[in-house]
Amino acid sequence: MERSGGRRRPRRSVVAAAALALLAPLVLLGCGGGSGGLPTLTWYINPDNGGQATLAQQCSDQSGGAYRLRTEVLPNDATAQREQLIRRLAAGDSSVDLMSLDPVFVAEFANAGYLEPITDPQAAQQLTDGVLPAPLQTAYWKDQLVAAPFWANTQLLWYRKAVARAAGVDPTTNELTWDQMIDIAEAQQKLIGATGNRYEGYVVWINALISGAGGQILEDTEAGDEARPTVASPAGDRAADIIGRLARSPAAAPDLSTATEEEVRSTFQSDRGAFMVNWPYVYQAARTAVESGALTQDAFDDIGWARYPRTDPGTPSAPPLGGIDLGIGAFSKHKAEALDAVKCITSVQHNAQYMVEAGNPAARAAAYDDPAVRDAFPMADLIRQSLADAAPRPITPYYGDVSSSIQRVWHPPSSVRAPQTPEETDSYMSDVLSGKRLL
Amino acid sequence: MTVIETPAAAQVAKEATGGAGEPPVSDRLRHERRLGWRLSAPAFVVMILVTAYPLGYALVLSLFKYRLTDPGARKFVGLQNYLTVLTDPIWWSSFVTTAVITLASVAVELVLGFGFAWVMFRILRGRSLVRTAILVPYGIITVVSAFIWRYAFQLDSGFVNQWFGLGDMNWFGDRWSSLFVITLSEIWKTTPFISLLLLAGLVQVPEELLEAARVDGATAWQRLWKVVLPNMKAAIMVAVLFRTLDAWRIFDNPFIMTAGANDTETLSILAYRQNVTLVNLGAGSSVSVLLFLTVVLIAFVFIKGFKTDLSQVRGDR
Repeated sequence: MERSGGRRRPRRSVVAAAALALLAPLVLLGCGGGSGGLPTLTWYINPDNGGQATLAQQCSDQSGGAYRLRTEVLPNDATAQREQLIRRLAAGDSSVDLMSLDPVFVAEFANAGYLEPITDPQAAQQLTDGVLPAPLQTAYWKDQLVAAPFWANTQLLWYRKAVARAAGVDPTTNELTWDQMIDIAEAQQKLIGATGNRYEGYVVWINALISGAGGQILEDTEAGDEARPTVASPAGDRAADIIGRLARSPAAAPDLSTATEEEVRSTFQSDRGAFMVNWPYVYQAARTAVESGALTQDAFDDIGWARYPRTDPGTPSAPPLGGIDLGIGAFSKHKAEALDAVKCITSVQHNAQYMVEAGNPAARAAAYDDPAVRDAFPMADLIRQSLADAAPRPITPYYGDVSSSIQRVWHPPSSVRAPQTPEETDSYMSDVLSGKRLL
Repeated sequence: MTVIETPAAAQVAKEATGGAGEPPVSDRLRHERRLGWRLSAPAFVVMILVTAYPLGYALVLSLFKYRLTDPGARKFVGLQNYLTVLTDPIWWSSFVTTAVITLASVAVELVLGFGFAWVMFRILRGRSLVRTAILVPYGIITVVSAFIWRYAFQLDSGFVNQWFGLGDMNWFGDRWSSLFVITLSEIWKTTPFISLLLLAGLVQVPEELLEAARVDGATAWQRLWKVVLPNMKAAIMVAVLFRTLDAWRIFDNPFIMTAGANDTETLSILAYRQNVTLVNLGAGSSVSVLLFLTVVLIAFVFIKGFKTDLSQVRGDR
């Protein structure tokens, strides 16, 4: 305080500078919008390693001056991406020309009128031609094409060859069941990794288990909040049996109830790892870990892959489905150009290029025959087959409610029991959908 | 003659004599007061605009069944949302979680903060170094500190289990161990704040009183309880009020560490999830309004119930 007298002048200039710094971006923003010439499309993308930005550049160049694509990066996780897009679209934001959407949100966005349907039959034909069946399903809402599958993701079973050899099994020829996996890991005192944190990845696991036994989470999904939950079924009970058994077994990773994909990968790469279910990105990640010295070459060579494990011995598994669909914003001022951009971005050639560059599997079957893809992904055929047989999560405009109510009831995994957990899921989910309970 | 003076009678007597007994308000003082009002008027108007409108709108929304992504289904439901919220176990679980974090963190922070304030007050050598060191945690952004604490306790990257030989203990896999870490991080982060407020109070304790007590033979313990603490009661109450309100609205720490899993969801996260994640604006607004009411209640209890004098925090008395 005692020195304040002599400092009055500099302080005022500091305030002025601060005010200027605060106002400058506003002024600049105000000027930026009006520049005429070729239309600039904004593509809201999920964060990746730059593959989408490259595609944006290439498609801008290929358009021959018809449009310029600019990317805008969304937050890291799918829930936060949805939150930002919804807030923009609910306010009628015309800057959302293109968006990279997690397939589970397509129905919600389409139902709210945020997505421009693709009605031109020729364009629809071009966008769906040769797309694998499961990803294709996610692009429709009420029999109308509302998005275009860009890339598709699925999970594989990753196993340590030494563990399989010691147990005398070959997961590539004889598909393992979850029960067999738990038996093997218990006998060898090893760990199984799965995503049991209370988040979307846990629903991915639960949905795969239920679908693998021929069940489904929801019926009449087009009825919106009057859809009927069907988790309390033999398939739901089987899923609950498996999750509960694993979680209470010494074969469960100690952090099962908080594990997301990365923790699962770290368990699997450790000395105690035996099996994990995870997306194909883990293969490139393990390769990088070898380069940086975090993983030995021997451990890397020990990693094997096979189709997602079965829920029932007699039924082929239903691998999880993820990925990204491209949607055209309903409030965009450049819809025709946006449609052209979608066609360019999702072409077979660009699918293959993106798969190699970003490590994200293609939505179109033909991309898997590309030599560069086969080089980078020794398991390309397995991924294609898994995607063909994959089971999407429920396609409903109330997906957020459905997913969150499952997460609430099924977490922590060690509390899951049949038939209580599936029964509780159904009653809780109907109460939530009809607004009688909070989430 | 003996007069038994009750507090109420004293108050009446004071008010009766107040008008005549106080010196008349000078022109200069009147001017200064008017200038004060004029200077704060723009800020006051802006505040009303940016807080009153959303507050009123939230009140209106809370009476509707309304989902942002399904505008067609918007429907007036009266107080139904409040009934749903208040009868739902999730609200009460969040309420208990928030209360536990608030009580535990404020109690520990008060004791620790007082210790720090005492050190900052009494230290002779390296005073600015110590003060800076104590304030560092408060300078760290809460989200960043939440991540630091999460990584420290997490199984794959954490060092805490190794330090204490806890093996595979999953801190975030259980309600109470998660709350322990959340509260600990909250304490680490905001004790400096409370110690700053307490330091301001400590400075105001007249040195003569302490001298007199020492001369009268009071022990250090007696001086603390009979002289220091009573003389800084106002500062303590303000510190506790500010921290209680802060802790009651806790969001960052549990959001980053557990995202509300294992019953560690606080009221703010509950409101956030209804409004932002589920875009369920009807029920979400009623949660927000109820949260607002609890904040008002806490402030009311402190200011009216404990007679906290907020002007004390200015340190000009």
